[in-house]
Parts: sequence; structure tokens; C-alpha cells
Amino acid sequence: MKFLRRTLAIAAKDLRSEIRGKEAVNASVSFALVILLLFSFAFDLEPAVIREIAGGLLWLIFAFAGTLILNRSFARELVNDCLDALLASPLSGAQLFLGKCIANYVLIVIVECISLPVFVIFYNVVPQRLALLFVVMLLGTWGITVIGTMFSAMTVNLRLRELMLPTLIYPMLIPALIGAIELSRVLITGAPLAESLFWFRVLVAFNVVFTILALALVEIVLVG
Amino acid sequence: MPGASAISIEGVWKYYGDYPALRDISFNVDAGSCLALLGRNGAGKTTLLRILGGLSKAARGRVSILGKDTRAGGSRQRIGILGHGIGVYEELSAFENLNLFGQLYGLDNPRRTATEWLDRTGLERVRDGLVREFSRGMRQRLAIARCFLHQPSVLLLDEPFTSLDDRAIQVLQDLLKTALSEGRTIILSTHQLREALELATDVALINRGKLAFRGARTWEMLEDPGWLYRHYGEA
Repeated sequence: MKFLRRTLAIAAKDLRSEIRGKEAVNASVSFALVILLLFSFAFDLEPAVIREIAGGLLWLIFAFAGTLILNRSFARELVNDCLDALLASPLSGAQLFLGKCIANYVLIVIVECISLPVFVIFYNVVPQRLALLFVVMLLGTWGITVIGTMFSAMTVNLRLRELMLPTLIYPMLIPALIGAIELSRVLITGAPLAESLFWFRVLVAFNVVFTILALALVEIVLVG
Repeated sequence: MPGASAISIEGVWKYYGDYPALRDISFNVDAGSCLALLGRNGAGKTTLLRILGGLSKAARGRVSILGKDTRAGGSRQRIGILGHGIGVYEELSAFENLNLFGQLYGLDNPRRTATEWLDRTGLERVRDGLVREFSRGMRQRLAIARCFLHQPSVLLLDEPFTSLDDRAIQVLQDLLKTALSEGRTIILSTHQLREALELATDVALINRGKLAFRGARTWEMLEDPGWLYRHYGEA
């Protein structure tokens, strides 16, 4: 019970700070909308082609926009040495990590929920199975969040962390992104679901494995 | 249990790159005592306090607080640490900050405790004000409240008098005297010798990472705070 209470206290703190400061969400939403807008002008494609590439386009935008939120996650703790105050408290690394993951997850999902309707309008693509696409969004976003939060902790003390974070997380995210892109393509185009079962398993396995690994290793990452 | 060792430091070394910031530091601090940890800038005081607080690891040697490893969850519950950074959030109010740390320390009623400590540190008027709007002295008082919030058995204070005005210094000194009378153990690192020596029962002086003096505070030190540096400080 204490584990959950402390985890939620961290998540609530991060969300409250972000709601008041709006640093990460504003940047992330603006970035996602600008990219969606630019791509819609840059490519003049057939509707069928757009539906085929829509999954890839969406997930690249989610991944890039998500990084802006993830970059702030542990960097926010550097102000006033708040990370030290947290590490000196009985809060475990796993509780801190999970609390931050929850807050990041909520923020990234908000950005995605704003971006998706804009995407539908600009590209005139109506997903065939919207509810399932939302499930895939939730699954894929957890993968991005876990990896991003872990590397945000690892790079928090680096001078070039804004550059290092995307450089490190995108290669790690390849299996999750391919899975999410493939699943999204099937759900947007209305192709048979059986085609994508393998990628669903990959995405779930990725989330489970990396969540467990991150929870086990985060204490070492934070304190050494 | 006065006289028993609350803090034990055995042969601690710490390197930053090749530079030894701490060299074979060993001493104990008795339960219920107040140790003034003194030394010039860069002597290694903050490094030692960070190791004691479990925020950094010694390259060699061992530290324990109340008989336990400093990173053990039970130990951290019993340590209050105030470092160079104040460790409070700019985007939260004074009350929200203390309530958050009250929850993290597993206090029974974090909201009530937060309110009590705002009152004790004279911040009750700005209870709901965001920290980003606070003066430096108000922030430091909030940091002190955060450090004392969970009634720790061991207090590790790094430059706690920084930015405090006369009244706030008096408030802090009263808090520390009360903590001592309640049997809490204090390590106090500061350059404000007079304030530190008035409170201290013991003194340790570090010169360039080495322990130069460890002993009881004497009247000579109190009457002439520079005495220790003249006799044991670096040339």
C-alpha cells in the first residue's frame, strides 16, 4: 500500500508541476501539430497511400513529441537539487521511476489525443477500428514511456541530455515502434487482424520485459 | 542511548576522477551529540555528508547510521538531510511541498504535520504561495521544515544558516537545541563558526579530504572561533 501511495504521490507531483508550468506539454503539442501540418503540405499522396503510411507517420510524431516530455522528466528534479531530497527519503528507485512513468504516460497520451483528431482532419484518414487503435496507442505509448523515463534518469546529469536522450532511446524503441506502426496500419486500413497478432505479442512482451528491467535497475542508475 | 555511536565512518575514501576528495576518514559520532564539521571550501565536508546521507557511494570504507547501511530504507526514514540545494519544488506551494515529503516519509497525517511545520518555521502566512515566488530566506526555512518534518533521529545539515536573517537563524538554532535535547544526533557543516560552535558538543576539521582534528568542543574554540583553524588548519 505504501508502495502505491508513494508512487502516486510522485505522479501527482509531476502532473501538478506540469499543469502549472506547462513547459513540456505546450512544447510537445506545438511540435506535433507543426509536424502534422508540414507533412500534410509536403506530400501530395493518394488516399490509399496515406492510409498505408499513416501508422508510421503517427508513431514518429508520437515518439518525437513524447521525447520533449520525457526530457523534462528527471531534468525537472535538478532545480533546487530536488532529486537529492527524493533519494534521501525512503522512496525507492522503483517507486520514483514508476511515479514518473505514470505522469509521463498521462502527458504523452494527452498529446496523442490532441494530435490524432488533427491527423484525421488534415489527412482525411478515418481509422477503421478506432477503439482498437486507441488500445494500440496506449500499449505503444507505455513502451515509449518506460524506455524514455529510464534513459531520462540515466542522462539527467549530462550536459547534452536533450541530444543524448533521443539518440539513446530511438534505437531501443525500434521493436516497439515497428510493432505499433504495423498494428496501427492494420487498424487504419481495415486489413485482417490476424496479420498483426505477432506484432501485438511483440509490443506486449516489449512492455513487460522493459518495465521489469527498468524497475530492477533504476536504483543503480540513480545512486550507483 | 547517549554515548552509543549513532554514526560510524570507517576508512572512507572518495575520488572525483583521480583526485581524492576524502582520504581515509574515520570517526564516530555519539547518539545525542552535535558535531560541527568544519573545513575550508573544497575540504570534502559536502562529499562526506552526501555519503552519510546515502546520496553518494564511498570508493572505499564503510559508513553506517544507527547501525545500518545508509541506503537501507529504514535508515533513510531516520535521517534528515539538508544539502546545498533546498530540495523543494518551485511549482508547488509551501504546503504542497511539505505534504509531498510527508507522504514520502509515510507520516500518519502529512497534512497536519505540514501545517505544524509551516507554523514552526514562520511560513504559515505563505502556506499556499508557490515557492517560485519566495525569497531565498523563505526557501531556506521551507527546506529546514522539510528536513525536520519526519522527526529524524539523525540530522545532516550542510550550510543550514545560508541566507537566513537574524530571526530565522534564531528559529533554526532553537530547533536544533530542541532536537539535541530530544536526543537527536546532528552533524552540522558550516562556515559560520560562531553559530556552529555554540551548538556543537564535538568538532571535526577536514583539510583537503583528511581528518585534521576530531574532539570535543572546548571553551577556547567558543571564545575564539578561529583558534581551530590556526592550530589544525592547513598552513
